[in-house]
Amino acid sequence: MSTTVGTARVKRGLAEMLKGGVIMDVVTAEQARIAEDAGAVAVMALERVPADIRSQGGVARMSDPDLIDEIIASVSIPVMAKARIGHFVEAQVLQSLGVDYIDESEVLSPADYVNHIDKWKFTVPFVCGATNLGEALRRVNEGAAMIRSKGEAGTGDVSEATKHIRTIRGEVARLTSMSDDELYVAAKELQAPYELVVEVAKTGTLPVVLFTAGGVATPADAALMMQLGADGVFVGSGIFKSGNPAKRAAAIVKATTFHDDPAVITETSRGLGEAMVGINVADLPAPHRLAERGW
Amino acid sequence: MAGSTPAQITVGVLALQGAVREHVDVLRRLGTEARPVRTPADLASVDALVIPGGESTVIDKLSRAFGLDEPIRAAISGGLPVLGTCAGLIMLGDRIQGRAPGQRTFGGLDATVRRNAFGSQGESFETDVAVPELGGPSMHAVFIRAPIVEDVGSAVTVLGRLNDGRIVAVQQGRLLGVAFHPEISGEHRFHARLIALAREAAGRG
Repeated sequence: MSTTVGTARVKRGLAEMLKGGVIMDVVTAEQARIAEDAGAVAVMALERVPADIRSQGGVARMSDPDLIDEIIASVSIPVMAKARIGHFVEAQVLQSLGVDYIDESEVLSPADYVNHIDKWKFTVPFVCGATNLGEALRRVNEGAAMIRSKGEAGTGDVSEATKHIRTIRGEVARLTSMSDDELYVAAKELQAPYELVVEVAKTGTLPVVLFTAGGVATPADAALMMQLGADGVFVGSGIFKSGNPAKRAAAIVKATTFHDDPAVITETSRGLGEAMVGINVADLPAPHRLAERGW
Repeated sequence: MAGSTPAQITVGVLALQGAVREHVDVLRRLGTEARPVRTPADLASVDALVIPGGESTVIDKLSRAFGLDEPIRAAISGGLPVLGTCAGLIMLGDRIQGRAPGQRTFGGLDATVRRNAFGSQGESFETDVAVPELGGPSMHAVFIRAPIVEDVGSAVTVLGRLNDGRIVAVQQGRLLGVAFHPEISGEHRFHARLIALAREAAGRG
Protein backbone atom coordinates (compact mmCIF):
# COMPACT_ATOMS: atom_id res chain seq x y z
CA MET A 1 0.00 0.00 0.00
CA SER A 2 1.28 3.45 -0.79
CA THR A 3 1.42 6.33 1.63
CA THR A 4 1.16 9.86 0.28
CA VAL A 5 1.53 13.23 2.00
CA GLY A 6 0.41 16.67 0.88
CA THR A 7 -2.64 15.57 -1.12
CA ALA A 8 -5.52 18.00 -1.68
CA ARG A 9 -7.68 15.81 0.54
CA VAL A 10 -5.19 15.92 3.41
CA LYS A 11 -4.71 19.69 3.01
CA ARG A 12 -8.41 20.51 2.76
CA GLY A 13 -9.12 17.95 5.46
CA LEU A 14 -7.27 19.87 8.17
CA ALA A 15 -9.44 22.90 7.40
CA GLU A 16 -12.52 20.67 7.74
CA MET A 17 -11.32 19.75 11.24
CA LEU A 18 -10.99 23.42 12.19
CA LYS A 19 -14.65 24.14 11.40
CA GLY A 20 -16.72 25.72 14.13
CA GLY A 21 -13.51 26.98 15.68
CA VAL A 22 -11.67 30.22 16.36
CA ILE A 23 -8.14 30.84 15.07
CA MET A 24 -6.33 33.48 17.12
CA ASP A 25 -3.41 35.78 16.27
CA VAL A 26 -0.59 35.51 18.82
CA VAL A 27 2.76 37.27 19.00
CA THR A 28 4.41 35.37 21.89
CA ALA A 29 4.51 31.82 23.26
CA GLU A 30 2.69 33.09 26.35
CA GLN A 31 -0.18 34.41 24.23
CA ALA A 32 -0.27 31.11 22.34
CA ARG A 33 -0.74 29.24 25.64
CA ILE A 34 -3.51 31.64 26.68
CA ALA A 35 -5.21 31.10 23.32
CA GLU A 36 -4.97 27.30 23.56
CA ASP A 37 -6.28 27.40 27.12
CA ALA A 38 -9.21 29.58 26.02
CA GLY A 39 -10.20 27.03 23.37
CA ALA A 40 -8.56 28.30 20.18
CA VAL A 41 -8.67 25.67 17.45
CA ALA A 42 -5.34 26.97 16.07
CA VAL A 43 -3.06 29.96 16.50
CA MET A 44 -1.58 32.32 13.93
CA ALA A 45 2.02 33.08 14.89
CA LEU A 46 3.16 36.56 13.92
CA GLU A 47 5.42 39.37 15.12
CA ARG A 48 2.83 42.13 15.13
CA VAL A 49 -0.93 41.90 15.13
CA PRO A 50 -2.60 43.78 12.25
CA ALA A 51 -3.56 46.75 14.48
CA ASP A 52 0.14 47.32 15.23
CA ILE A 53 1.21 46.77 11.63
CA ARG A 54 -1.32 49.43 10.76
CA SER A 55 -0.21 51.94 13.40
CA GLN A 56 3.54 51.35 13.06
CA GLY A 57 3.61 51.20 9.28
CA GLY A 58 6.64 50.08 7.27
CA VAL A 59 7.07 46.81 5.41
CA ALA A 60 5.50 43.85 7.20
CA ARG A 61 7.22 40.50 6.57
CA MET A 62 7.23 36.85 7.65
CA SER A 63 8.00 36.41 11.37
CA ASP A 64 11.40 35.48 12.81
CA PRO A 65 11.83 31.67 12.67
CA ASP A 66 12.81 31.69 16.36
CA LEU A 67 9.43 33.14 17.30
CA ILE A 68 7.60 30.57 15.20
CA ASP A 69 9.68 27.73 16.72
CA GLU A 70 8.86 28.96 20.22
CA ILE A 71 5.16 29.11 19.50
CA ILE A 72 5.15 25.65 17.88
CA ALA A 73 6.92 24.29 20.96
CA SER A 74 4.49 25.92 23.38
CA VAL A 75 1.13 24.54 22.18
CA SER A 76 -0.39 21.26 21.01
CA ILE A 77 -2.92 22.80 18.59
CA PRO A 78 -2.09 23.64 14.94
CA VAL A 79 0.16 26.64 14.33
CA MET A 80 -0.29 28.83 11.26
CA ALA A 81 2.04 31.57 10.04
CA LYS A 82 1.85 34.29 7.41
CA ALA A 83 3.86 34.71 4.25
CA ARG A 84 3.69 37.78 2.00
CA ILE A 85 1.53 37.51 -1.11
CA GLY A 86 3.71 35.99 -3.86
CA HIS A 87 6.70 35.40 -1.56
CA PHE A 88 7.20 31.70 -2.22
CA VAL A 89 10.56 31.67 -0.44
CA GLU A 90 8.99 32.83 2.82
CA ALA A 91 6.53 29.97 2.27
CA GLN A 92 9.41 27.53 1.76
CA VAL A 93 10.89 28.71 5.06
CA LEU A 94 7.58 28.31 6.88
CA GLN A 95 7.14 24.82 5.45
CA SER A 96 10.60 23.82 6.60
CA LEU A 97 9.80 25.18 10.09
CA GLY A 98 6.92 22.71 10.23
CA VAL A 99 3.99 25.12 10.51
CA ASP A 100 0.64 23.42 9.99
CA TYR A 101 -0.87 26.04 7.65
CA ILE A 102 0.49 29.04 5.73
CA ASP A 103 -1.61 32.18 5.37
CA GLU A 104 -0.64 33.98 2.16
CA SER A 105 -1.78 37.22 3.64
CA GLU A 106 -2.64 40.74 2.55
CA VAL A 107 -1.92 41.83 6.13
CA LEU A 108 1.78 41.63 5.25
CA SER A 109 3.28 43.79 2.50
CA PRO A 110 2.86 42.03 -0.86
CA ALA A 111 6.09 40.73 -2.43
CA ASP A 112 4.58 40.36 -5.91
CA TYR A 113 1.85 42.60 -7.30
CA VAL A 114 1.08 40.21 -10.17
CA ASN A 115 1.39 36.61 -9.03
CA HIS A 116 0.33 34.72 -5.96
CA ILE A 117 2.29 31.70 -4.70
CA ASP A 118 1.87 28.45 -6.66
CA LYS A 119 0.51 26.59 -3.66
CA TRP A 120 0.29 23.17 -5.37
CA LYS A 121 4.09 22.90 -5.05
CA PHE A 122 3.90 22.69 -1.26
CA THR A 123 3.11 19.85 1.14
CA VAL A 124 1.85 22.28 3.76
CA PRO A 125 -1.64 23.67 3.07
CA PHE A 126 -2.42 27.35 2.44
CA VAL A 127 -5.26 29.63 3.46
CA CYS A 128 -5.83 32.77 1.38
CA GLY A 129 -8.04 35.82 1.73
CA ALA A 130 -10.83 36.74 -0.66
CA THR A 131 -13.33 39.57 -0.96
CA ASN A 132 -15.56 37.83 -3.50
CA LEU A 133 -16.18 34.45 -5.15
CA GLY A 134 -13.98 35.07 -8.19
CA GLU A 135 -11.01 35.90 -5.97
CA ALA A 136 -11.71 32.83 -3.79
CA LEU A 137 -11.81 30.51 -6.82
CA ARG A 138 -8.62 32.01 -8.29
CA ARG A 139 -6.89 31.18 -5.00
CA VAL A 140 -8.36 27.64 -4.96
CA ASN A 141 -7.12 27.23 -8.54
CA GLU A 142 -3.62 28.15 -7.31
CA GLY A 143 -3.88 25.46 -4.63
CA ALA A 144 -5.38 27.20 -1.58
CA ALA A 145 -6.94 24.55 0.69
CA MET A 146 -8.96 27.03 2.76
CA ILE A 147 -10.40 30.49 2.14
CA ARG A 148 -11.03 33.29 4.59
CA SER A 149 -13.03 36.33 3.69
CA LYS A 150 -10.70 39.28 4.16
CA GLY A 151 -12.57 41.90 6.12
CA GLU A 152 -10.38 44.85 7.07
CA ALA A 153 -7.74 43.55 9.47
CA GLY A 154 -6.64 45.52 12.50
CA THR A 155 -9.64 47.82 12.66
CA GLY A 156 -12.12 46.16 15.01
CA ASP A 157 -14.70 47.26 12.41
CA VAL A 158 -16.61 44.20 11.27
CA SER A 159 -18.41 45.87 8.35
CA GLU A 160 -15.97 44.75 5.66
CA ALA A 161 -16.01 41.16 6.95
CA THR A 162 -19.80 41.26 6.72
CA LYS A 163 -19.64 42.62 3.19
CA HIS A 164 -17.17 39.97 2.01
CA ILE A 165 -18.91 36.94 3.51
CA ARG A 166 -22.26 38.18 2.18
CA THR A 167 -20.74 38.76 -1.24
CA ILE A 168 -19.19 35.29 -1.44
CA ARG A 169 -22.31 33.53 -0.17
CA GLY A 170 -24.53 35.58 -2.46
CA GLU A 171 -22.42 34.83 -5.53
CA VAL A 172 -22.45 31.11 -4.68
CA ALA A 173 -26.25 31.19 -4.37
CA ARG A 174 -26.53 33.00 -7.68
CA LEU A 175 -24.48 30.32 -9.47
CA THR A 176 -26.74 27.55 -8.19
CA SER A 177 -29.73 29.17 -9.86
CA MET A 178 -28.08 29.47 -13.28
CA SER A 179 -28.66 27.18 -16.22
CA ASP A 180 -25.68 25.31 -17.66
CA ASP A 181 -25.26 27.66 -20.62
CA GLU A 182 -25.08 30.70 -18.31
CA LEU A 183 -22.11 29.31 -16.39
CA TYR A 184 -19.68 30.08 -19.23
CA VAL A 185 -20.37 33.79 -18.93
CA ALA A 186 -20.47 33.56 -15.14
CA ALA A 187 -16.93 32.14 -15.21
CA LYS A 188 -15.84 34.98 -17.47
CA GLU A 189 -17.42 37.59 -15.22
CA LEU A 190 -16.02 36.06 -12.03
CA GLN A 191 -12.61 35.73 -13.75
CA ALA A 192 -12.51 32.22 -12.35
CA PRO A 193 -11.81 28.81 -13.91
CA TYR A 194 -14.91 27.38 -15.59
CA GLU A 195 -14.51 23.93 -13.95
CA LEU A 196 -14.51 25.44 -10.46
CA VAL A 197 -17.51 27.60 -11.31
CA VAL A 198 -19.42 24.49 -12.44
CA GLU A 199 -18.43 22.67 -9.25
CA VAL A 200 -19.72 25.51 -7.07
CA ALA A 201 -22.94 25.73 -9.10
CA LYS A 202 -23.53 21.99 -8.59
CA THR A 203 -22.63 21.71 -4.92
CA GLY A 204 -23.84 25.11 -3.74
CA THR A 205 -20.70 25.61 -1.72
CA LEU A 206 -17.01 26.46 -2.13
CA PRO A 207 -14.73 23.45 -2.78
CA VAL A 208 -12.87 24.35 0.44
CA VAL A 209 -13.74 25.53 3.93
CA LEU A 210 -14.68 29.22 4.23
CA PHE A 211 -13.69 31.10 7.38
CA THR A 212 -14.07 34.80 7.91
CA ALA A 213 -11.59 37.36 9.20
CA GLY A 214 -10.91 41.03 9.65
CA GLY A 215 -12.40 43.20 12.39
CA VAL A 216 -14.00 40.52 14.58
CA ALA A 217 -13.71 41.86 18.16
CA THR A 218 -16.66 40.55 20.21
CA PRO A 219 -18.58 37.30 20.79
CA ALA A 220 -21.51 38.83 18.90
CA ASP A 221 -19.23 39.65 15.94
CA ALA A 222 -18.12 36.01 15.78
CA ALA A 223 -21.70 34.75 16.00
CA LEU A 224 -22.72 37.20 13.26
CA MET A 225 -20.11 35.71 10.94
CA MET A 226 -21.28 32.18 11.73
CA GLN A 227 -24.92 33.06 11.16
CA LEU A 228 -23.92 34.59 7.83
CA GLY A 229 -22.54 31.19 6.83
CA ALA A 230 -18.88 31.17 7.81
CA ASP A 231 -17.39 27.81 8.82
CA GLY A 232 -15.31 29.47 11.54
CA VAL A 233 -13.54 32.73 12.40
CA PHE A 234 -10.10 34.25 12.60
CA VAL A 235 -9.64 36.82 15.35
CA GLY A 236 -6.56 38.98 14.91
CA SER A 237 -6.07 42.06 17.00
CA GLY A 238 -9.46 41.70 18.71
CA ILE A 239 -8.25 39.46 21.53
CA PHE A 240 -4.80 40.52 22.63
CA LYS A 241 -5.51 44.22 22.04
CA SER A 242 -8.43 44.03 24.48
CA GLY A 243 -8.61 44.51 28.26
CA ASN A 244 -8.99 40.86 29.27
CA PRO A 245 -7.68 38.61 26.49
CA ALA A 246 -8.20 35.23 28.22
CA LYS A 247 -11.81 35.95 29.08
CA ARG A 248 -12.62 37.52 25.72
CA ALA A 249 -10.97 34.63 23.84
CA ALA A 250 -12.99 32.01 25.75
CA ALA A 251 -16.17 34.03 25.21
CA ILE A 252 -15.61 34.24 21.45
CA VAL A 253 -15.02 30.46 21.31
CA LYS A 254 -18.31 29.77 23.08
CA ALA A 255 -20.24 32.26 20.96
CA THR A 256 -18.86 30.67 17.79
CA THR A 257 -20.18 27.21 18.74
CA PHE A 258 -23.51 28.51 20.06
CA HIS A 259 -23.81 31.19 17.37
CA ASP A 260 -27.54 30.58 16.97
CA ASP A 261 -28.32 30.74 20.70
CA PRO A 262 -28.81 34.37 21.84
CA ALA A 263 -28.91 33.32 25.52
CA VAL A 264 -25.37 31.94 25.30
CA ILE A 265 -24.11 34.95 23.35
CA THR A 266 -25.65 37.25 25.95
CA GLU A 267 -23.94 35.42 28.82
CA THR A 268 -20.58 35.30 27.08
CA SER A 269 -20.78 39.02 26.29
CA ARG A 270 -20.97 40.08 29.94
CA GLY A 271 -18.06 41.74 31.76
CA LEU A 272 -15.39 41.32 29.10
CA GLY A 273 -13.74 44.66 29.85
CA GLU A 274 -12.50 46.99 27.15
CA ALA A 275 -12.80 45.83 23.56
CA MET A 276 -9.96 46.82 21.25
CA VAL A 277 -10.06 50.48 20.27
CA GLY A 278 -11.43 50.44 16.77
CA ILE A 279 -10.90 52.38 13.60
CA ASN A 280 -13.84 52.90 11.29
CA VAL A 281 -12.98 51.54 7.86
CA ALA A 282 -14.59 54.63 6.31
CA ASP A 283 -11.95 56.77 8.06
CA LEU A 284 -9.09 54.79 6.50
CA PRO A 285 -7.57 56.40 3.44
CA ALA A 286 -7.84 53.96 0.54
CA PRO A 287 -4.07 53.22 0.30
CA HIS A 288 -4.21 51.84 3.86
CA ARG A 289 -6.99 49.36 3.20
CA LEU A 290 -5.45 45.89 3.36
CA ALA A 291 -8.39 44.09 1.77
CA GLU A 292 -7.59 45.74 -1.55
CA ARG A 293 -4.27 43.88 -1.69
CA GLY A 294 -4.49 40.67 -3.70
CA TRP A 295 -6.34 40.23 -6.98
CA MET B 1 -32.60 5.51 25.59
CA ALA B 2 -34.57 7.50 23.06
CA GLY B 3 -37.52 5.16 23.07
CA SER B 4 -36.97 4.40 19.40
CA THR B 5 -37.92 1.09 17.91
CA PRO B 6 -34.96 -0.90 16.58
CA ALA B 7 -35.89 0.08 13.05
CA GLN B 8 -35.70 3.81 13.74
CA ILE B 9 -32.27 4.63 15.01
CA THR B 10 -31.26 8.23 15.65
CA VAL B 11 -27.55 8.95 15.73
CA GLY B 12 -26.22 12.14 17.27
CA VAL B 13 -23.04 13.89 16.16
CA LEU B 14 -21.32 15.89 18.90
CA ALA B 15 -21.42 19.38 17.40
CA LEU B 16 -19.18 21.50 19.59
CA GLN B 17 -16.42 21.90 17.00
CA GLY B 18 -15.02 19.96 14.07
CA ALA B 19 -16.10 17.92 11.04
CA VAL B 20 -19.74 17.53 12.06
CA ARG B 21 -21.33 17.90 8.62
CA GLU B 22 -19.35 15.04 7.06
CA HIS B 23 -20.57 12.55 9.67
CA VAL B 24 -24.16 13.73 9.35
CA ASP B 25 -23.89 13.21 5.57
CA VAL B 26 -22.54 9.65 5.93
CA LEU B 27 -25.22 8.70 8.46
CA ARG B 28 -28.01 10.10 6.27
CA ARG B 29 -26.64 8.26 3.25
CA LEU B 30 -26.94 5.09 5.32
CA GLY B 31 -30.62 5.91 5.82
CA THR B 32 -30.32 6.84 9.49
CA GLU B 33 -31.66 9.94 11.15
CA ALA B 34 -28.71 12.09 12.22
CA ARG B 35 -28.77 15.20 14.36
CA PRO B 36 -26.24 17.49 15.99
CA VAL B 37 -25.77 17.18 19.77
CA ARG B 38 -24.77 20.28 21.75
CA THR B 39 -26.76 19.96 24.99
CA PRO B 40 -27.61 17.23 27.54
CA ALA B 41 -31.19 17.28 26.19
CA ASP B 42 -29.89 16.61 22.65
CA LEU B 43 -27.79 13.75 24.02
CA ALA B 44 -30.76 12.17 25.77
CA SER B 45 -32.61 11.95 22.45
CA VAL B 46 -30.14 9.79 20.51
CA ASP B 47 -29.47 6.04 20.29
CA ALA B 48 -25.79 6.42 19.42
CA LEU B 49 -23.20 9.18 19.24
CA VAL B 50 -20.38 10.14 16.88
CA ILE B 51 -17.55 12.24 18.30
CA PRO B 52 -16.03 13.83 15.19
CA GLY B 53 -12.57 14.99 14.27
CA GLY B 54 -11.64 18.48 15.36
CA GLU B 55 -9.40 19.73 18.15
CA SER B 56 -9.67 17.53 21.23
CA THR B 57 -8.67 20.45 23.48
CA VAL B 58 -11.59 22.51 22.18
CA ILE B 59 -14.12 19.66 22.39
CA ASP B 60 -12.94 19.02 25.97
CA LYS B 61 -13.26 22.67 27.04
CA LEU B 62 -16.65 23.28 25.44
CA SER B 63 -18.13 20.03 26.75
CA ARG B 64 -17.15 21.07 30.27
CA ALA B 65 -18.24 24.68 29.88
CA PHE B 66 -21.72 23.61 28.78
CA GLY B 67 -22.17 20.72 31.22
CA LEU B 68 -22.07 18.01 28.58
CA ASP B 69 -19.02 16.10 29.83
CA GLU B 70 -20.61 14.28 32.76
CA PRO B 71 -23.77 13.31 30.81
CA ILE B 72 -21.55 11.88 28.04
CA ARG B 73 -19.48 9.92 30.60
CA ALA B 74 -22.69 8.60 32.16
CA ALA B 75 -24.09 7.65 28.74
CA ILE B 76 -20.88 5.80 27.85
CA SER B 77 -20.98 3.89 31.16
CA GLY B 78 -24.65 3.18 30.48
CA GLY B 79 -23.81 1.47 27.20
CA LEU B 80 -24.46 4.21 24.61
CA PRO B 81 -22.78 3.15 21.35
CA VAL B 82 -20.15 5.73 20.39
CA LEU B 83 -17.87 6.14 17.37
CA GLY B 84 -14.92 8.48 17.87
CA THR B 85 -12.78 9.53 14.89
CA CYS B 86 -9.40 11.27 15.31
CA ALA B 87 -10.09 13.83 18.08
CA GLY B 88 -13.09 11.65 18.94
CA LEU B 89 -10.76 8.69 19.52
CA ILE B 90 -8.68 10.87 21.84
CA MET B 91 -11.84 11.84 23.75
CA LEU B 92 -12.69 8.14 24.23
CA GLY B 93 -9.25 7.14 25.52
CA ASP B 94 -8.88 6.46 29.23
CA ARG B 95 -5.29 7.71 28.97
CA ILE B 96 -3.72 10.26 26.62
CA GLN B 97 -0.16 11.18 25.81
CA GLY B 98 0.82 14.63 24.59
CA ARG B 99 -2.02 16.25 26.46
CA ALA B 100 -2.41 20.00 26.73
CA PRO B 101 -2.25 21.37 30.30
CA GLY B 102 -5.36 20.28 32.19
CA GLN B 103 -6.81 18.40 29.21
CA ARG B 104 -9.37 15.69 30.03
CA THR B 105 -11.17 13.03 28.04
CA PHE B 106 -14.56 11.34 28.37
CA GLY B 107 -12.84 7.94 28.58
CA GLY B 108 -14.39 4.52 28.25
CA LEU B 109 -11.80 2.86 26.02
CA ASP B 110 -9.14 1.04 28.01
CA ALA B 111 -6.42 2.44 25.80
CA THR B 112 -3.59 4.96 25.73
CA VAL B 113 -3.96 7.38 22.84
CA ARG B 114 -1.08 9.56 21.70
CA ARG B 115 -2.19 12.92 20.30
CA ASN B 116 -0.67 14.18 17.09
CA ALA B 117 1.50 11.06 16.78
CA PHE B 118 2.89 11.72 13.29
CA GLY B 119 4.10 15.32 13.65
CA SER B 120 2.95 18.52 11.97
CA GLN B 121 0.43 18.83 9.15
CA GLY B 122 3.20 18.26 6.58
CA GLU B 123 3.33 14.65 7.80
CA SER B 124 -0.42 14.09 7.39
CA PHE B 125 -1.04 11.33 4.84
CA GLU B 126 -3.36 8.98 3.00
CA THR B 127 -2.88 5.22 2.92
CA ASP B 128 -4.86 1.95 2.97
CA VAL B 129 -5.73 0.11 6.16
CA ALA B 130 -7.06 -3.45 6.35
CA VAL B 131 -9.99 -3.80 8.76
CA PRO B 132 -10.89 -7.50 8.32
CA GLU B 133 -13.37 -7.44 11.21
CA LEU B 134 -15.67 -5.13 9.23
CA GLY B 135 -15.44 -7.18 6.02
CA GLY B 136 -14.61 -6.11 2.47
CA PRO B 137 -11.42 -4.70 0.99
CA SER B 138 -8.90 -2.44 2.73
CA MET B 139 -10.13 1.01 3.61
CA HIS B 140 -8.70 4.16 2.14
CA ALA B 141 -7.68 6.12 5.22
CA VAL B 142 -6.91 9.83 5.62
CA PHE B 143 -4.74 10.70 8.62
CA ILE B 144 -4.73 14.40 9.57
CA ARG B 145 -2.48 15.36 12.50
CA ALA B 146 -3.73 12.00 13.64
CA PRO B 147 -3.44 10.20 16.96
CA ILE B 148 -2.33 6.59 17.40
CA VAL B 149 -3.35 3.95 19.94
CA GLU B 150 -0.20 3.20 21.93
CA ASP B 151 -1.52 0.32 24.03
CA VAL B 152 -4.81 -1.37 24.84
CA GLY B 153 -6.28 -3.35 27.72
CA SER B 154 -7.47 -6.94 27.37
CA ALA B 155 -11.11 -5.96 26.73
CA VAL B 156 -10.17 -4.02 23.59
CA THR B 157 -10.25 -5.61 20.12
CA VAL B 158 -7.81 -4.17 17.59
CA LEU B 159 -9.65 -3.63 14.30
CA GLY B 160 -6.93 -2.06 12.18
CA ARG B 161 -3.20 -1.41 12.09
CA LEU B 162 -0.77 0.47 9.87
CA ASN B 163 1.86 -1.54 7.93
CA ASP B 164 4.33 -0.96 10.76
CA GLY B 165 1.92 -2.53 13.25
CA ARG B 166 0.71 0.61 14.97
CA ILE B 167 -2.93 0.47 16.06
CA VAL B 168 -5.36 2.83 14.30
CA ALA B 169 -8.82 1.30 14.90
CA VAL B 170 -10.26 -0.40 18.00
CA GLN B 171 -13.51 -1.61 19.53
CA GLN B 172 -14.42 -2.21 23.15
CA GLY B 173 -18.01 -3.22 23.72
CA ARG B 174 -20.13 -0.54 22.08
CA LEU B 175 -17.25 1.91 21.67
CA LEU B 176 -15.46 2.30 18.35
CA GLY B 177 -12.30 4.39 18.05
CA VAL B 178 -10.61 5.30 14.75
CA ALA B 179 -7.46 7.40 14.30
CA PHE B 180 -8.28 8.37 10.71
CA HIS B 181 -11.25 9.96 8.95
CA PRO B 182 -13.64 7.47 7.33
CA GLU B 183 -16.13 10.34 6.94
CA ILE B 184 -13.99 12.23 4.42
CA SER B 185 -12.98 9.31 2.18
CA GLY B 186 -16.46 7.93 1.53
CA GLU B 187 -15.92 5.01 3.92
CA HIS B 188 -19.15 3.86 5.64
CA ARG B 189 -18.28 0.63 7.43
CA PHE B 190 -17.56 2.10 10.87
CA HIS B 191 -20.81 4.06 10.77
CA ALA B 192 -22.69 0.91 9.71
CA ARG B 193 -21.13 -0.93 12.67
CA LEU B 194 -22.18 1.90 15.00
CA ILE B 195 -25.77 1.69 13.71
CA ALA B 196 -25.71 -2.09 14.19
CA LEU B 197 -24.54 -1.60 17.79
CA ALA B 198 -27.34 0.92 18.33
CA ARG B 199 -29.95 -1.49 16.96
CA GLU B 200 -28.62 -4.21 19.23
CA ALA B 201 -28.71 -1.86 22.25
CA ALA B 202 -32.22 -0.64 21.42
CA GLY B 203 -33.39 -4.24 20.95
CA ARG B 204 -32.19 -5.13 24.41
CA GLY B 205 -33.70 -1.96 25.91
